[in-house]
Amino acid sequence: MRKLLKPREREQMLGTAYAFPMGIWFTLFFTIPLGIIVLYSFLKRGLYGGVEWEFTLDAYKQMFNPSFGRVVIRTLWISVLATLGCILIAIPCGYAMAKSKYQTVLLFLIIIPFWTNSLIRIYAWISILSTEGFVNSLLIKLGLIDQGLKLIYNNGAVVLVLIYMYLPFAILPLFTTIDKFDFSLLDAARDLGASKLEAIIKVMFPNIKSGLSTAFIFTFIPIFGAYTVPLLVGGKDSTMIGNIIVDQVSKTRNWPLASAFSMVLTFISLVGVFWMLYNGKREQMQSKKTTQQSLEQNIKKHHLIRGEK
Amino acid sequence: MNYHTYSKKSSVSFSYTVLALTIVFLFIPLFVVVFFSFNSAKGMQWQGASLIWYEKLIFDSPSLWAAFKNSLIIALTSSLTATMLGTLAAIGIKWYRFHGKSYITTISYLPMVLPEVIIGISMLIFFSAVKIRLGMFTIFVAHTTFNLPFVFMMVSARLDEFDYSTVEAARDLGANERQTLTKVIIPSVIPAILSGFLMCITMSLEDFVITFFVSGPGSGTLPLYVYSMIRYGVSPVINALSFVMILGTMVIAFTFRRFLKTVAASS
Repeated sequence: MRKLLKPREREQMLGTAYAFPMGIWFTLFFTIPLGIIVLYSFLKRGLYGGVEWEFTLDAYKQMFNPSFGRVVIRTLWISVLATLGCILIAIPCGYAMAKSKYQTVLLFLIIIPFWTNSLIRIYAWISILSTEGFVNSLLIKLGLIDQGLKLIYNNGAVVLVLIYMYLPFAILPLFTTIDKFDFSLLDAARDLGASKLEAIIKVMFPNIKSGLSTAFIFTFIPIFGAYTVPLLVGGKDSTMIGNIIVDQVSKTRNWPLASAFSMVLTFISLVGVFWMLYNGKREQMQSKKTTQQSLEQNIKKHHLIRGEK
Repeated sequence: MNYHTYSKKSSVSFSYTVLALTIVFLFIPLFVVVFFSFNSAKGMQWQGASLIWYEKLIFDSPSLWAAFKNSLIIALTSSLTATMLGTLAAIGIKWYRFHGKSYITTISYLPMVLPEVIIGISMLIFFSAVKIRLGMFTIFVAHTTFNLPFVFMMVSARLDEFDYSTVEAARDLGANERQTLTKVIIPSVIPAILSGFLMCITMSLEDFVITFFVSGPGSGTLPLYVYSMIRYGVSPVINALSFVMILGTMVIAFTFRRFLKTVAASS
């Protein structure tokens, strides 16, 4: 058979044979389901869940309902706050790790809590923050308070736990890029009269842009779509978009509305990803990295996601 | 390649302080959970050491073990499927040109970057649209889908280091396609395949959100069981289970240690 085919045809055939099982799998179980979401968001809701085959923009109009509007705004500020928190903590961490001689140990220490089951980590926070929890028992024992403080089931707890959950997503890409950064540039800047902070902001930050954007995207997207954290440590006024989507599917059974909200989440995620890829590409062209290096970096970047997926 | 000359003390010690505090912050919750798993009483007041919750976990939690069994079955089957499909696709995309290549490449990255809720909901709606009953099979499909991109990525990266002339040499020496694949390509990328497989296992055992949507009656996995326990309130049996799971995580991270080192070493 090999001898009968022209090289080009042979390549076509082999490539197809190798890659199509995965291609078909993704088409069936990823592309089509997403397509259904797009379709459903333009249909009329069925009485008991499901949809009726009638084109309408009702779902998108319902999104502007003030009660949803509040949730969208809350989701935005919670995500921005938690993401900024993660990145502000992660920059010095990444810097220190890049400078350290014990990188493997430090990576190990960052990755272990990160790979621990997410529900277990949320549970840990519940047992720390709840009214009879660790912090309150400790404070009462020390005689600092008589009654348990209300530390959980509010937006503050949601932001705190979100930062806890997604911090490693910010630390790891920042570490990877800062590690590649040529620290002698900072010395040069200092020699030319820049202050320490100036040197870091004006010389290091432009060079670690791709790390910053990766860190931003890999924290912001999952936080923006968070569902479990607001559900388990949030209060009545901590609902986020992820919770609306789930409620619309399982409780209210308004599938078109759930689909429309999913479209919004998907859209924002894709914009973020393309922005990140664009930043990465630009930096890559500037620094003429070899393909292998850039792929290694890619792997490392994507390695991070695993904690949650 | 590292220049350690820029070690003006204060900036370094500031970042080290933040790093140290961060690591403490990351570990405190885990320590609290583990510590209270050895408490003889139920609450967060220390009443003396005991192994009673471990006893309960091991001998008195049949539904937990059933959930664990489901988790294992799903993890093994979905990881095997994902590893096979992902490895083959990585080989095809690395070395051949064919129609649909850019579509497959793009689509293989997306499941990693979309929020889990979206993947879960879209699958739930898809399964109900095509009238597939929710259960072990649907969880298997969902897990394979979110595992695939990782195998694909890891094997692709490994293939990048692989010299294509080895394949050509094998062909010149008379190997057919199947022999080239099983005797030349796969043996040389086996470390990536194995770490991809391990990664899939851990992700599959870990996943809650996506599984939550596509599971049916009787097909609950371990994270789903933990979730239902958490909803009932704080129970020391979860603490005991947490310790077991944290130990499991450490073992897995330790088996990955070579991978961690490559991450750290490639500066």
